[in-house]
Amino acid sequence: MLKNRIIPCLDVKNGRVVKGINFVDLKDAGDPVEQAKIYSDGGADEICFLDITASNENRDTIYDVVDKTSKKCFVPLTVGGGIRSVEDINKLLNCGADKVSINTAAVKNAKVVEDSSRKFGSQCIVVAIDAKRNNAGWEIFTHGGRNSTGINALEFASKMEKCGAGELLVTSMDKDGTQSGYDIELMQKISSAVNIPVIASGGVGTLDHLVDGIKSGASAVLAASIFHYGTYSINEAKQYLASKDIPVRI
Amino acid sequence: MNVTIVDYNSGNISSVINSFQEVAKDKVNIEVTSDLNKIISSDKVVLPGQGSFKSCVNALNNINGLVETLNDFVLTNKKPLLGICVGLQMFADVGYEETETKGLGWISGKVSKIDNQDGKYKLPHIGWNQINIVKDSKIFKGIENNSDMYFVHSYELVPNDKSVVSATTDYSSNIVCSVEKENIFGTQFHPEKSDKIGLQIIDNFIKL
Repeated sequence: MLKNRIIPCLDVKNGRVVKGINFVDLKDAGDPVEQAKIYSDGGADEICFLDITASNENRDTIYDVVDKTSKKCFVPLTVGGGIRSVEDINKLLNCGADKVSINTAAVKNAKVVEDSSRKFGSQCIVVAIDAKRNNAGWEIFTHGGRNSTGINALEFASKMEKCGAGELLVTSMDKDGTQSGYDIELMQKISSAVNIPVIASGGVGTLDHLVDGIKSGASAVLAASIFHYGTYSINEAKQYLASKDIPVRI
Repeated sequence: MNVTIVDYNSGNISSVINSFQEVAKDKVNIEVTSDLNKIISSDKVVLPGQGSFKSCVNALNNINGLVETLNDFVLTNKKPLLGICVGLQMFADVGYEETETKGLGWISGKVSKIDNQDGKYKLPHIGWNQINIVKDSKIFKGIENNSDMYFVHSYELVPNDKSVVSATTDYSSNIVCSVEKENIFGTQFHPEKSDKIGLQIIDNFIKL
């Protein structure tokens, strides 16, 4: 039976982890490579880096991080943030990323998704959808949630599936950072609208939220804070899901 | 000993290279090349593959003499080869992804799309799934039955002769996820992304 995945996400800025794990034995709390290794040793099913480096001159730092991580972690590595073109994707994959997650570029120009999925295979193209509730349902935002688009999230999800996306990483902007749980209705709607796997993101504060995320139809659950701050370990999360009869890799 | 990873522009092979280097350390020389002389003279060959069946076969054919060299290595010299993902799928006679495409024909059979049962099963089949070992395979030494491996694919190998199947995984039906036929080995899952247990499989192959 296919297991549900637990994916810890690390925010990386200028090559350093922004929110660190509070482990006593950690030599360098800001080193993304070391933190990724702790996650993968702890049973993470995948690792996700979100590059939030703002300035262009420091953007190359992520390549070095990906290169070093992929030589130490032997679980899938997804990298997102600031990807503009097929060439950016090529560079990240060559550094050792297994998948890339595309947000703004996919909205601006769907051809990036079409071209890259044809060139590298759908399996490595994740489209990240940042959605916020409005009167009509959910609207997608770009540029890390700063810019509104007027585009309906469900329609966009279906469009991205047709363009060749292999997975959708769906983040609720209403829930992100609140630790009050995923936007379950959003996850349900998108999961049933598409036939590709959905990764639920945004709002996890407790282990029950992970359970709710999987029950909403998502194939995987992504979380940052609960793991960063050591509230729960990956293994605790998995044991809890298993105790709720959710298939996980232990 | 030399293990050669065939670099034929089949997409992203960095993870395969990293995992083999991690296992090999300094004891085994890992080459990454499309040089025909190096391939034919190596002790073992790894054939990765990402993207579609058609794009991988085309990429193989784009390198003059590569298919013949691989045929010699596998069929004449009978040296061990490990195909990963589409690398395994290409063992078949024919694949149906995008359009009907002739494969290497080392294992009689076809590659067709996984039956998603009208949307009941999401495709690609992405994530960790347990393998059901149905035959002793040299690359499974020390691997427990029902171990979880990392998969990402939408197509499956359907061999005519089921005796080549060494493991299956349950997704919609019992999908063939590993084969062994004499010196030919293949995994549909990604040992290079399957954590310690995947590295064990790579180690087993290197030590053959």
